[in-house]
Amino acid sequence: MTQLLKRAYVVVILLLLLAPLVVVTGVSLNGPQTLRFPPVEPSLRWYGSLFQDSAWLVPLGHSLLIAACASALSVSIALPLALFAWERNGVAARVLTGLGLAPFTLPPVITALGFMVFWMTVGGYGQIWATIIAHAVFLVTLPLVTISLGLKGIDRSLLEAARVMGAGRWTVMRTVIGPLVLPFIVSGYAFAFVLSLNEYIIAYMVAGFTVETIPIKIFNALRYGYTPILGVVSVLFVLLAALVFGLIGRFGDLPRLMGSERGRSE
Amino acid sequence: MRATPGWVGLWPALMLAIFFLVPFGIMLAVSVSHRDPAGAFIPGFELTHYARFLSAFFAKVMAVSVGVSVAAAAICVVLAFPFTVFLASMSHRTQTVALVVLLSVLSLSEVIIGFSLSTLLSKTAGISNLFYWLGLIAEPRAYTPSLFALVTGLCYIGFPFAVLVLYPPVSRLDPEIVEAARVMGASASRAFFGVVVPNLRGAIVGAFILVFVFTLGSYLLPQLLGRSEDWTLSVHITDQAIYQTNLPFAAAMSIFLMLVALALVGLASLAGRQRRAA
Repeated sequence: MTQLLKRAYVVVILLLLLAPLVVVTGVSLNGPQTLRFPPVEPSLRWYGSLFQDSAWLVPLGHSLLIAACASALSVSIALPLALFAWERNGVAARVLTGLGLAPFTLPPVITALGFMVFWMTVGGYGQIWATIIAHAVFLVTLPLVTISLGLKGIDRSLLEAARVMGAGRWTVMRTVIGPLVLPFIVSGYAFAFVLSLNEYIIAYMVAGFTVETIPIKIFNALRYGYTPILGVVSVLFVLLAALVFGLIGRFGDLPRLMGSERGRSE
Repeated sequence: MRATPGWVGLWPALMLAIFFLVPFGIMLAVSVSHRDPAGAFIPGFELTHYARFLSAFFAKVMAVSVGVSVAAAAICVVLAFPFTVFLASMSHRTQTVALVVLLSVLSLSEVIIGFSLSTLLSKTAGISNLFYWLGLIAEPRAYTPSLFALVTGLCYIGFPFAVLVLYPPVSRLDPEIVEAARVMGASASRAFFGVVVPNLRGAIVGAFILVFVFTLGSYLLPQLLGRSEDWTLSVHITDQAIYQTNLPFAAAMSIFLMLVALALVGLASLAGRQRRAA
């Protein structure tokens, strides 16, 4: 009985979280340009018009380019940082880890304004690469956390064994550490990618007037009134996030990645 | 021998110093510079922007920001704690599905969440139609923009965050101590309030603070779901920086917000640590 109640509580809350998304999906299926739920004259025409409308395709291109490059740069900073802090306990390791965790912990508007004045001072304000670097630094926390978790799980005796067998530093890295942390690098990249796609305030303050991303475009469009196409974009973004996290959950161990110490076997 | 040479730390150190510490240095300098109504700022040293913290305008902004975030954080933690405890005792598969939903919601852009919720609370497509259909209200109505809508929105983004913050300590709690309490004759609710809650007190306090800081950073929801008098500090920082061309005042507010956030995060990690020591 209590087990049933617990299950019901969890399910009800998850359904509440999904409720707005269901309404938005319904709204996106409206035939005429109206926001009705349940939809009137259901059709997929707004899905088609999204992919023909350059007003949406250009921001979509920006968003994807920024997310792909920023998360790659993010991983390139997080990986050596995690490796460095992995075996060291000194001040340098701690300060670096703190710096890596800080951007994502602070309210994002702080990082956004920091980058805005930075790019205004050194040049680059309004450029797409400025947004890419800003996102990379802001999101570095995510791959840092996942990769550190992966490194923590490596059995030290494996490294010993490889060394005893005569493997040099590079060989150990390539044949032992690399393959073991690769899944964590991939999930770190995926986390950063999804969050970069959805990030608004930093992209807006660094280059919002010249480089429109999808969240900025949605916000601008909201001012001119609500149309079903906003629902379409939202649905696609929800599906993309669900797909990415679903894949991580399918091929990786999501509970462990989120900090549970009870592994899959138990 | 270590697996990596010390120089691997150079690239991240360089990147974070240039693109994280330097921007802060510049922001600090801007916060004491002279306002240039034409756009940016004129270097200088004055504390007038910090002095504005004593104004009634700022006091009101702070009261709104802190008020809505405290409310949202409290609701989130109260709902999320039992949720996390129940979830952690379920099968690996169920946990994975729930985590996928939570992460998807958490990663969604605030603008999408704001749009979804304002649709849900709207007159034409919203929940009031359901109430109307059920005969609870006389006619459909809009629940947004309002303070209620804003707090609902903050709870919506804060809830998944609260669960993910509570998840590691909760899932590490030895399930045997609950079992022991049950075997000794405690009811399920007594075991929950007498054993699980006290054991995780530090984690709960820590989660409350972190959710508070997280919702404090919300920038779009106050604009999409709230009225202009519900704007929070984050909105005013951007408004001052971009629309009021008062970059120094925006920078001063950011520094203030950062100090508050840092102090609170420090407090949260202290609360988390205390439990482990106990």
